[in-house]
Amino acid sequence: MKLSQYLLALVCPIIILSSCKKSTDEVTPDAKSTFSIEFENQVNGSPLVLNTTTYKNAKGEDFKINIFKYYVSNIKLSKADGSSYLLPESYFLIDASKPESTNITLKDVPVGDYTKIEYTIGVDYARNFAGAQTGALDPINGMFWTWNSGYIFVKLEGTSPQSTDKGNALTFHIGGVTDPNNTIRTFATEINAANPLRVRTDGKPNMHFIVNAAALFTGKTDVSFATLNFTMGGANSVIVANNYASGLFRLDHIHN
Amino acid sequence: MYACSKNEEEITPEEKKITFSIPANFPTPAYNFEDNKLTNAGFALGKKLFYEARLSADKSVSCGSCHQQFAAFTQLDHKVSHGVNNCQGKRNTPPLFNLAWQKAFFWDGGVKNIETSPLNAITDACEMGTDIQTIVAFLKNTAPYPDLFKQAFGSTEINSQLILKSITQFTAVLVSGNSKYDKVMRKEGGISFNATEQAGYSLFKEKCTSCHAEPFFTDFSYRSNGLDLVSTDEGRSHITGQAADFGKFRVPTLRNIEYTSPYMHDGRFYSVDEVLEHYNSGVKASANLDVQLKSGISLSSTEKEQIKAFLKTLTDNEFIKNTLYSES
Repeated sequence: MKLSQYLLALVCPIIILSSCKKSTDEVTPDAKSTFSIEFENQVNGSPLVLNTTTYKNAKGEDFKINIFKYYVSNIKLSKADGSSYLLPESYFLIDASKPESTNITLKDVPVGDYTKIEYTIGVDYARNFAGAQTGALDPINGMFWTWNSGYIFVKLEGTSPQSTDKGNALTFHIGGVTDPNNTIRTFATEINAANPLRVRTDGKPNMHFIVNAAALFTGKTDVSFATLNFTMGGANSVIVANNYASGLFRLDHIHN
Repeated sequence: MYACSKNEEEITPEEKKITFSIPANFPTPAYNFEDNKLTNAGFALGKKLFYEARLSADKSVSCGSCHQQFAAFTQLDHKVSHGVNNCQGKRNTPPLFNLAWQKAFFWDGGVKNIETSPLNAITDACEMGTDIQTIVAFLKNTAPYPDLFKQAFGSTEINSQLILKSITQFTAVLVSGNSKYDKVMRKEGGISFNATEQAGYSLFKEKCTSCHAEPFFTDFSYRSNGLDLVSTDEGRSHITGQAADFGKFRVPTLRNIEYTSPYMHDGRFYSVDEVLEHYNSGVKASANLDVQLKSGISLSSTEKEQIKAFLKTLTDNEFIKNTLYSES
């Protein structure tokens, strides 16, 4: 009698555990799904409108933006347990003039709760020197320097009355991967553990980032367009990259 | 069966398979076609694109206009590149061969991959003066290109990546390694240097190989050889931003030098005699002058003749005259 009771006590949890395990088996292993990221381009809290709207930099100088494009690559998601997943071949070019480019879809992501996201602002070292690329990295996108191999990571062009360049032009082509002028920067942000990025087979969450174009000109060094209005790699590009490294992106919210 | 197969061969003789051959006296190449499978169709397309003048802004200049086979794929008698709208560039056209062993391209080494090298010439206002978008659109709308891309890559899709990969199937196959020098080194067919050539080779090893290293006759480094006290072309520092690189240019190969006149980054010397005399008496104390050239390289007239005799053994007529590489 007692023995069978013991046996029952032993067997029951096994049944419960095994059934439990079975149901998790169906959800987790190798299950993959999709999530998306929306990049909302702004300038100091106002929507980014190309060509027409006047903004102010941290020095109080007026400027307009005609072109604003940037690479986001090597997206990596981490879980609370410290494990992480690097999305293979994740290279995206966000172009303010192409609304469809500001919402990117990431496929084949293992389901799970992610509490951190990080990515490269720009393109990793190796791809700058690799052979002919396609997709986001196709030189046709106007983000590849043909005379000095490498990608333009962030491109902002516009005008400012303060610019001493021809036509009051602002030309900020930030790139370069070799020291001392390496401009590869990584952005990372924690995700509120109470509302992690929940990638599920039956749910496709959306992360919403605010992108502040004015971050190129403040943060570590306030840029005056009277003295810095043109850079295509080199020491001045490093100043701009150091500015936008932490200020360009801000995770606003997640729709799970 | 026998008659049948013989008959087929007569109708369509089997095309010779295009191969990338590594001369026995060459090291392992930097480019190995791993991500760009070499095929006859890919090579043929790349060659056709190389000789296609309609790719340029005014449809007058192809890659082959400035890279002529009889000049070992540089441009004979042109100091600097002569591009669209009669525009004169600022540097001498480099010859094209043994590119698969090269890790950086152009006089300043700005381009780091053979596949992306043509973009520079395509977009330069003084070369082809166009852009890759225009070229993609042209090829999509011009027979027989869609068919040729299908034969080469299995799809009529045309994009910049496939254009550049096919051109590379042509340019990376350009290997020059059958000069008399190579045959002597490989001990082929009992070929040997004559006494003058041998004396020149000894002198060359004594005075020149620290920069013009065998077997490519360049160590691919960037140096100032004292052409001017202050160079008008910043050279390598344009790429690195380093003052120590101002006025430096990549050491050029000396292979096929008999056919690659004029010489230097700006094509200032028309003859090898002028080049040798520069090293003998003309080296100027430029800011970043190579330490080995501080006192120039003294050469007697006999020594010059011997070195010139040796340099002629670097001529590879099999390469220069190989119809496989010719515009057809």
